[in-house]
Amino acid sequence: MSWTDDLAPPAPYDKARDEAQRSRLLDVWREPTGWRRFSAVNNSIVGRWYLLTSFAFFVFAGVLALLMRSQLAVPENDLLSMDFYNQAFTMHGTVMMFLFAVPIFEAVAIMVLPEILGARDLPFPRLSAFGYWCFLIGGVFVCGSIFFDAAPDGGWFMYPPLSSDPKQTGIGTDIWLLGLSFIEVASIAAAIELIIGVLKCRPPGMRLNLMPLYCWYVLVVGGMILFAFPPLIAGDLLLEMERAFGWVFFDVDKGGDPLLWQHLFWIFGHPEVYIIFLPSIALIATILPTFARHPMVGHSLVVLSAVGIAFLSFGLWVHHMFTTGLPNISLSFFSAASEAVAIPTGVQIFCFLATLMLGRFVPSIPMLFASGALAIFVFGGLTGVMVALVPFDWQAHDSYFIVAHLHYTLIGGMLFPLLAGIYYWYPFATSKMLSDRLGKWAFWLMFGGFNTAFLPMHWTGILGMPRRVWTYSLEDGWGLLNMVSTAGAFIMAAGFAVLAWDVLRPKGKQPLAARNPWNAGTMEWSGEVPDMPWGIRSIPVISTRYPLWQQDGLLGQVDRGEWFLPDAKEGKRELMVTDILDARPMFVQRVPGPTYKTLLCALLLGGVFIFATYHWWVPTALSGIGFVAALIWWLWTGTGLIPEKDSKDCSRGLHLPLYASGSRAVGWWAMFIMMIGDMTAFFGLVFAYMFFWTVHESFPPVGTVPPDALYLLLGLALCLGAWALVNTACVWNRNGRREAARTLLLIAPIVGLTGVAAMGWACLASDLNPTRHAYDATCWVLILWLAGHIAAGALMLPYCAARSWAGHLTPFHDADLRNVTLYWHFMAVTALITYLLLGIFPLVSGGTA
Amino acid sequence: MCLPGCSGRHYWFSGASEEAQSIETLAWILFAGAGVIWLIVMALAFFAMRSSGRSNTEKSARRMILWGGFAFPTVVLAALLGTGLLTLKSIVAERSDLTLEVEGEQWWWRVGYPGGVVTANEVRLPRGRTAEILLTADDVIHSFWAPALGGKIDMIPGRENRLTLTPTTVGNWGGLCAEYCGGAHAQMRFNVIVMEPDAFDAWLEDEAAPAQPESGPGLEAFLGEGCGACHTIRGTEAQGLVGPDLTHFGARTSLGAGILALDRDTLRHWITHTDTLKPGVKMPAYPDIPTEELEDMIDYLLSLT
Repeated sequence: MSWTDDLAPPAPYDKARDEAQRSRLLDVWREPTGWRRFSAVNNSIVGRWYLLTSFAFFVFAGVLALLMRSQLAVPENDLLSMDFYNQAFTMHGTVMMFLFAVPIFEAVAIMVLPEILGARDLPFPRLSAFGYWCFLIGGVFVCGSIFFDAAPDGGWFMYPPLSSDPKQTGIGTDIWLLGLSFIEVASIAAAIELIIGVLKCRPPGMRLNLMPLYCWYVLVVGGMILFAFPPLIAGDLLLEMERAFGWVFFDVDKGGDPLLWQHLFWIFGHPEVYIIFLPSIALIATILPTFARHPMVGHSLVVLSAVGIAFLSFGLWVHHMFTTGLPNISLSFFSAASEAVAIPTGVQIFCFLATLMLGRFVPSIPMLFASGALAIFVFGGLTGVMVALVPFDWQAHDSYFIVAHLHYTLIGGMLFPLLAGIYYWYPFATSKMLSDRLGKWAFWLMFGGFNTAFLPMHWTGILGMPRRVWTYSLEDGWGLLNMVSTAGAFIMAAGFAVLAWDVLRPKGKQPLAARNPWNAGTMEWSGEVPDMPWGIRSIPVISTRYPLWQQDGLLGQVDRGEWFLPDAKEGKRELMVTDILDARPMFVQRVPGPTYKTLLCALLLGGVFIFATYHWWVPTALSGIGFVAALIWWLWTGTGLIPEKDSKDCSRGLHLPLYASGSRAVGWWAMFIMMIGDMTAFFGLVFAYMFFWTVHESFPPVGTVPPDALYLLLGLALCLGAWALVNTACVWNRNGRREAARTLLLIAPIVGLTGVAAMGWACLASDLNPTRHAYDATCWVLILWLAGHIAAGALMLPYCAARSWAGHLTPFHDADLRNVTLYWHFMAVTALITYLLLGIFPLVSGGTA
Repeated sequence: MCLPGCSGRHYWFSGASEEAQSIETLAWILFAGAGVIWLIVMALAFFAMRSSGRSNTEKSARRMILWGGFAFPTVVLAALLGTGLLTLKSIVAERSDLTLEVEGEQWWWRVGYPGGVVTANEVRLPRGRTAEILLTADDVIHSFWAPALGGKIDMIPGRENRLTLTPTTVGNWGGLCAEYCGGAHAQMRFNVIVMEPDAFDAWLEDEAAPAQPESGPGLEAFLGEGCGACHTIRGTEAQGLVGPDLTHFGARTSLGAGILALDRDTLRHWITHTDTLKPGVKMPAYPDIPTEELEDMIDYLLSLT
């Protein structure tokens, strides 16, 4: 690393200077108190909110589970009504998956990732806060419905036609579709944040191969969220359009197909399982080396396995559909892929065992939970191998055997590792330790209770008990096993009560934990005790995988402020951004501090989704307009700000720029990653079109005229024209022709909107009616998607023109325009694909031209 | 019938058909293998924690990862996949001796046999013959599962799925809907009655005949209350297609889609307070039928054998 050779030696220690720097850092990073606390955006605060909120939802879903277990304890029980039970199991699955398992990953990552990276915060603190508020509002909306007897009752998988027909399922389904879409926005926001955090905010010197395993997993899972959630959003859009407006996607009488939903749902749903599982394995991969006192054996194998699982997980979705009557050839392929995923999982587990073998094992509560996780998860993995075989699955599918299997994988693969992580990182977050004695109690109650509840369920399934039944008869012979399971569930719940007490009990008199109490090797333990809000005193060069073990004297250097950015002279929150591969310092990124704008935006966006659920269109529209206005306010005042000087001294003779645009900037990467997710959702719609083509003899159907070719072509030309104008504007601005660039930025939106209007007109001219046939509906939904995106893009252009006019956007400081240009590249692709599907595909697919 | 703890009518391993037996063999191989592997991994974990720090080398650790984490699972999984696919091939018969059509409804089963015979909630099969069951649905997705006889296949609107079963044991087995299909999903059951082939042929012949008797006060009451709008009794004016065909209702073993034993008192309760026996049921309750009329109707229905 040549650049480190040029660094000046640290200045001799000066107590007065150290104290002055500390006080300036503290001023900048100090968190608001009292009511103003709600304006906080710093990762450790937002992460804590996220964590507590996810656990609150976990308790809610857990109570529903206990209610269900009480109902099933004896045959022919009437504790719960059928309607309530159906809502309860739908909500249990939905809340555990969407409001606990995924958000808790994001919560832990938001809290820990910057510190593990020796960074001060994530690159977009306000985005994290916005995501959190969306999550909270959406979650309360979805959960609250059960108190009004209006909760979703179509199962967490929401299969149409049960869910697509408003006569079959009520408002609950709309709450599910819109409420969860809203929450998915938060998940994707967090994924973007975390991916860029890992790629661009690593400490200098931490090349990719030195990156802690935890960060690898975060990167992999962030990527998975980006490709897995959008297909569900596309599916949600189709399902809600059918429910609210009668657009045909799933109604077989009009050319729809219920299996389309199953594909879109499980293309999301199976990766989802690994999105939940991998972050927890990441916790084990972080904790285990600490207590083995040995670096992970097979570090790169673990990384490769995680990547391998991520890839495979997108090729397994059909194993949730083995009983839908697909041809045996597809069944065989997906059966093989499902078996294959056990191999990288096995590699990871054996790397863990090898690390234990080579190290000097130190028993601890986190390791107790990790061992429990291993025992449970391996069991669940083995039953997973069973159900991946089609004939076995034909028996097991939708029986209690699956209930047992999935809880073994999720509780062993997700919950127990998470609890290990809670015990491990509790002192990191609060500077206090949890009790060992209570920890053992909690573990044995949970472990014993879990196995008492779920082990017998395998046999209940083998005795033929199906899932999602609120009652069964005495003659079925399932009573005894169910009673045992219910008892186990309550024992397990007692374990959680012990944990909750331990976490929440007042610890005022308890002494502070030692610094780095577990003697770990990773950077998050470099924090001082009691913890300081600045994340890290000074940002060091990292040259090893376990810096606290392998870089002598590092803590002292960091504490004395001998490394980078030890000061906050300009009174700004500053991060160091490094390059993706080698983590060479690139520039200093200033991040914004506390604000209520994120909360306001989340409230208004929540209004859009919530009012739309009830078809209150006027408040929906008002909220939408308000949201756009608030968003512009947030962006105008908080992003793309021009610094007061071009570069700054980061200490040790390192001078870094204070501004970056284009592909150097983190904002550009955020746009890029967001648009990858956006394209994935668009491909979900394209998938729908192609799927319909495969299930229909003729698609477009005989007698339907495809959209008018001439208008379509005109529309495409105009959309591409708008894209060309935006590109030209970007170049002209850079060359100093600011006036001309502004003019183009004002013309381009008109051209683009006219283009998409022409494409819409092409559908109207051919008399396509989305309530008539799936073909018409699919064409219209593609147009609708394009129109929405072009409209958003059209708003961005006058924004840039106004920034330029107000002097916030100059030929050099052009980050806003560069990001918007990137957005328009994706628009060009979207318009082109839409044109090809609507205009060209019918000509080659043998439809009626 | 069966006390809690014994295997019951829905037991996967009842061995009541060739298909169920094939799956059972596969299942026991899987259970035994899984048990052994689980014990080995746990023993390794225990050993790894115990032997921590003793004379283990990086090389032996890598070897363990390669063999235990990669080579062993690859070989075992490939073998299992092969076994699974062979089993799959063996349980899907190309040809069959008999074809049934079963349609899932909310929340009962319409069962059709060759020759236009339609019954409900009861699938009768001849022992030793391969039956092909064509599965459809019109309202929502259901799934046909008789665990004692084999696996389940979904019934999806717009599609026709196919399941083949070759029963080997005479008996009355349980069947149920395995895909959540809304409200009363839990109480959507049926019976699979496996009969000797001769008995089955005779039963099918009886079933093909119209209702006996074709008139009487009970039928008058039935038609008078409008029951014919939903139910068919072949040979009478009752030609409704919404609910189950009742032509040979009295010969069935159960009521309410496999959830209740058929007897006089239960039937009376069913007609007058339908949704207390089966919440969510689509059939309206008739609490106000005059007693005499009701008894006539019950007599008549039970006489339809």
